[in-house]
Amino acid sequence: MKHGIDEMKKIAKEVRKDIIRMTAEAGSGHPGGSLSSVEIMVSLYFHVMDHNPKDHKWEKRDRFVLSKGHVCPALYSTLARRGYFHPDELLTLRKLGSRLQGHLDRKKLPYLETSCGSLGQGLSIAIGMSIGFRMDKKDQKVYCLMGDGECDEGQIWEAAMTGAHYKLDNLCGVVDVNGLQIDGFTRDVMNLEPLADKWRAFGWNVIEVDGHSLGELIKAFEEAGKFKGKPTVILANTVKGKGVSFMEHKAEWHGKAPTKEEAEIALKDLEALE
Amino acid sequence: MKSGLNPEMHLVKNLYGKVERIPTRNGYGDSLVELGEKNENVVVLCADLSDSTRASWFADKYPERFVEVGIAEQDMMGIAAGLAAVGKIPYVSTYGVFCTGRAWDQMRTTVAYGDFNVKIGGAHGGISVGPDGATHQSLEEIALSRILPNMKVIIPTDYLETKKATTESSKIYGPVMLRFGREKVPAITTEKTPFRMGKAEVYRFGKDVSVFACGPMVYEALMAAKELEKRGIDVRVVNMHTVKPIDEKAIIKAAEETGGIVTAEEHQVAGGFGSAVAEVVVENYPVPIKRVGILDRFGESGEPEELMVEFNLKSTDIIKAVEDVMRRKKR
Repeated sequence: MKHGIDEMKKIAKEVRKDIIRMTAEAGSGHPGGSLSSVEIMVSLYFHVMDHNPKDHKWEKRDRFVLSKGHVCPALYSTLARRGYFHPDELLTLRKLGSRLQGHLDRKKLPYLETSCGSLGQGLSIAIGMSIGFRMDKKDQKVYCLMGDGECDEGQIWEAAMTGAHYKLDNLCGVVDVNGLQIDGFTRDVMNLEPLADKWRAFGWNVIEVDGHSLGELIKAFEEAGKFKGKPTVILANTVKGKGVSFMEHKAEWHGKAPTKEEAEIALKDLEALE
Repeated sequence: MKSGLNPEMHLVKNLYGKVERIPTRNGYGDSLVELGEKNENVVVLCADLSDSTRASWFADKYPERFVEVGIAEQDMMGIAAGLAAVGKIPYVSTYGVFCTGRAWDQMRTTVAYGDFNVKIGGAHGGISVGPDGATHQSLEEIALSRILPNMKVIIPTDYLETKKATTESSKIYGPVMLRFGREKVPAITTEKTPFRMGKAEVYRFGKDVSVFACGPMVYEALMAAKELEKRGIDVRVVNMHTVKPIDEKAIIKAAEETGGIVTAEEHQVAGGFGSAVAEVVVENYPVPIKRVGILDRFGESGEPEELMVEFNLKSTDIIKAVEDVMRRKKR
């Protein structure tokens, strides 16, 4: 079932509120990058991907690999809001015995395709899935969400070479380009630019979009789906901490949870969003 | 108590004569070719070492199920996990130093934590890689892999056992690390020799000291036992091909019945096979132990046979260790 853009906007708002509630309740976590990646995950799970919340092992499902595992609050909320599990469970994030680990554990939460957390590893996994589908002549798609800071990791570029070498046009990477990593702006910590040229030079079809525009994202995913002979990477320009006034563009909110008071302000900010 | 070679192990008839020598890596290659025929889900990956790991034998026959990733072991480990995630049984093929060293985090976080059905073929294990020297002599992979939850670790003793172990690894779910070598080593087992994953096999009965060995060191242990028999010491020799899960019962039984243990491995003793055996002994039935293996040294260039002498990995070294344990038993 493909959801419309207006409906997805409301869902994205709920996911953002979940992220704040979850990290505030946990007392730790990664709200900044979770907030920047909301539209990417919502557009995939509510519009783009073929999948079945009633049967998470459905063999013909498309696959989503979250490589930047620290933004799992956004994924947990998206999965819950999509019907994989009850949203009440979201508040167990990071607590002993919870299925919602601080970084992804597919053994605990079976709706996840991978366990991820150590950066740089997801694109290789996605490539393995893409090659496997191609071997079996299956036409499923594989999506992989990375962070821009994550592109510091050498393995990303090993994988970028492999994806292009094998012409994996059933693979679509997304980089959440929020411009920040733990130690500061990506341009100061380790300059990635020209990022689009790098991906192009590695042999990928590159599409640049506003990563908070559901319309642009969906159009880019559709274009990626039709593109032949190369894998596509969508560089989604985003705002770290998007929607929360005091978190936007601030590296310090990469891995810090809001206090109860801060969470209340954040929820008000989010409620006031269009 | 029984003594001499265990007839149920069906070792080669001329064990103490001129035994045929075959590289264990050939067992990996031959098994992969057979698996390719039997199971269409078996796929093989390689990082620019397809000939020396024998992955090329599979690639020649099943090119559509062979994935060359170039010199990128970390990427290869992740790709293998992805292939496993969509139902394949991938065999990652590279040198032991690279799969457990270069790609350790990928082996840990992506493969073992994710519990993907990935099989890791670690070639060129041990000092006997020879002239290439320390950078390519893998002396740490037992330690690096056995500490990972969900991981199984197997070090077959010869060509046929490597073939059996590789084949068996395809039949169980979950990550498996296989260690094999480059050099020709004595082919001591036969088709009839049992291989049961997780089960140590007593190759020679003995009551005075037990030698637990893995890989080609089993042959050295058997030769040591034969020599020690002349000196009136009755040595039990156990082939412990599976280091994880380790056969605790066999170790405890040996400690109880023989009162002394020697371990033998072509690997650092720190954290390695000897440590794994010692952990079981000290927690359950402490007896004198001596570990034969690499003692906190990097390898170096040389001919394989020279290096085995230089690094004290010969039957003569096992003999000294057994005599040492015998002395300590009497104290």
